[in-house]
Amino acid sequence: MSGYVLKRVLHALIVMWAVATLVFFMLRAVPGDPLRAMLFDVGDPAAAEELRVKLGLDRPVYVQYALWFQHVLQGDLGNSIYGSRISVSRLIREALPRTLQLAGLSFLVALALAIPAGIISAVKKHSLFDHVFTLIAFLGLSMPDFWLGIVLIIVFAVNLHWLPAIGYVPLSRGFWPWLSHLILPSIAVGTAFSAILARIIRSSLLEVLKSDYIQTARAKGLKENTVVLKHAFRNAMIPVATVLGIAFALLMAGAVIVENVFAIKGLGRTLIQGILNRDYPVVQGAILLVSAVFVFANLFVDLAYTLIDPRIRYEE
Amino acid sequence: MAYAKPPATAPDKDVTPRKRSVGMLMLRYLWHDKKASVGLFVLVVFSLAAMFAPWVTSYDPKSMEFEMLQSPSSTHLFGVDDLGRDLFSRIVYGARTSLFVGLSTVALSLVLGVLMGLVAGYYGGWLDTIIMRYIDLQWAFPNFIIAVYLVAVFGAGLLNVVIAISLAFLDDFARITRGMVLSIREEEYVASARALGASSKRILLKHILPNSLAPIIVTATVSIAYAILAEAGLSFLGLGVKPSTPTWGLILSDARSFFSRAWWLGVFPGAAIMLVVLSINFLGDTLRDLFDVREYQ
Repeated sequence: MSGYVLKRVLHALIVMWAVATLVFFMLRAVPGDPLRAMLFDVGDPAAAEELRVKLGLDRPVYVQYALWFQHVLQGDLGNSIYGSRISVSRLIREALPRTLQLAGLSFLVALALAIPAGIISAVKKHSLFDHVFTLIAFLGLSMPDFWLGIVLIIVFAVNLHWLPAIGYVPLSRGFWPWLSHLILPSIAVGTAFSAILARIIRSSLLEVLKSDYIQTARAKGLKENTVVLKHAFRNAMIPVATVLGIAFALLMAGAVIVENVFAIKGLGRTLIQGILNRDYPVVQGAILLVSAVFVFANLFVDLAYTLIDPRIRYEE
Repeated sequence: MAYAKPPATAPDKDVTPRKRSVGMLMLRYLWHDKKASVGLFVLVVFSLAAMFAPWVTSYDPKSMEFEMLQSPSSTHLFGVDDLGRDLFSRIVYGARTSLFVGLSTVALSLVLGVLMGLVAGYYGGWLDTIIMRYIDLQWAFPNFIIAVYLVAVFGAGLLNVVIAISLAFLDDFARITRGMVLSIREEEYVASARALGASSKRILLKHILPNSLAPIIVTATVSIAYAILAEAGLSFLGLGVKPSTPTWGLILSDARSFFSRAWWLGVFPGAAIMLVVLSINFLGDTLRDLFDVREYQ
């Protein structure tokens, strides 16, 4: 087991290194040179030259790479070259918790929608509910998450005035203010995943309900509710665990775009604004962090499998 | 690879069985499936509207009227935007961009990805190692995020968006093709072709590729839907096409400050995206059943 863990951790680190290296060289090797464009934006040639030296762009690329890598390892991602010139690490330290909160709440929303929908449509297979549910699941998969966000704002914020339209309030300012700002974005992000999840739960539960031990449970005279919820549901959730890795990827990708609808200054909004401002230190830092979140979430899920389902064997 | 039975028709007794192409069989099957025929219908309507846009709408998508933010009416079916432009005609013209991006990106990533998969799977060795290392790296990230990364590097614009989305979708095709090649390579008919002296190129193109088509077709179909969503997302974020081009994502992005006063600006463009993507998903789902392809994760 420990050998497997070590191997997976090492693999995750190599992937992170590869991503960092790719990002570093792509920003410098692409025709049109985004960094030169950035310097051009500065306007004043003297100021541009100063920035060039400050960013080390006057040195050979391999020296730049070595220096940059050394700084990254020390947690120094440079400074934003736009506006307040705040340090990128600080920017990201503020943004990351917001994105994680949004992704986490979206996950809860997805579970809350998918579990009942999946169970009912499996138990009442081919009923009207099942058909309507299938259609809704298709709609959920086909809807752009940012558009769902917009529609939610129009309905619940603009017209009904139930919830705030945009913005983010930290948890320290109270639970409800915090939650109320995150409800609509979480629904926007979580819906697509809940559609996938519900379909998996449905087919998995249908499979389990056919098995012998369920027949036995029924034959014992247990109530159908007990059979479904206590006996079948738990085992039906095992395949669900296998999509958790994708879940995180989906939720993070959703968060990146939905944060921009709701003006939540998380990692996604930081990344996009960095791109729009051609603020490359911020772009590099945000990409690295988004990537790190993915890679380590995948690692965590992989390791968790072996605990959830002992039938899964890891190669030595 | 199992094709599902084509829908039952009256047997033509005296006619010698005609040879039908796979394409015709597919179309017949789709035609007889309720979900797929709805999807096909919607897509045909959108494609025709996109092709014949100047005849479908009487307004130029860029011409402005004096009165802004008019709500939907008989003269302006979907209302008017903040610059006095007819929203219906902007959506009709926007279909051009969406469908173009959807089809061209998938064509590009299909060709590149399948090529990579064929080479990696058939030749193996260091080529396989290099290609698969790259694919594995890309696999760790969601396609949309990769597209955002690539646009960050290449810059915005229609061509760059097409390239970015194509590259982002590459890994699915490469991975599936390689898997198919690895299993088909061991088949007896490939061995006999090789024994007859067929060249590698001939074996790849005449034997292996045609037999790997089913999962590739299904993936391609679903990818068109995701590519359209990705383009809309990128345009919405301001990383897509030029601001003057009408695209669904961009219309939504432009309308952001006006949702409180003009709901139609927020609702119709997104509904268009959803309808097209839904139709493609319907088709993809039916094709998946037809070809008996397990859902890829």
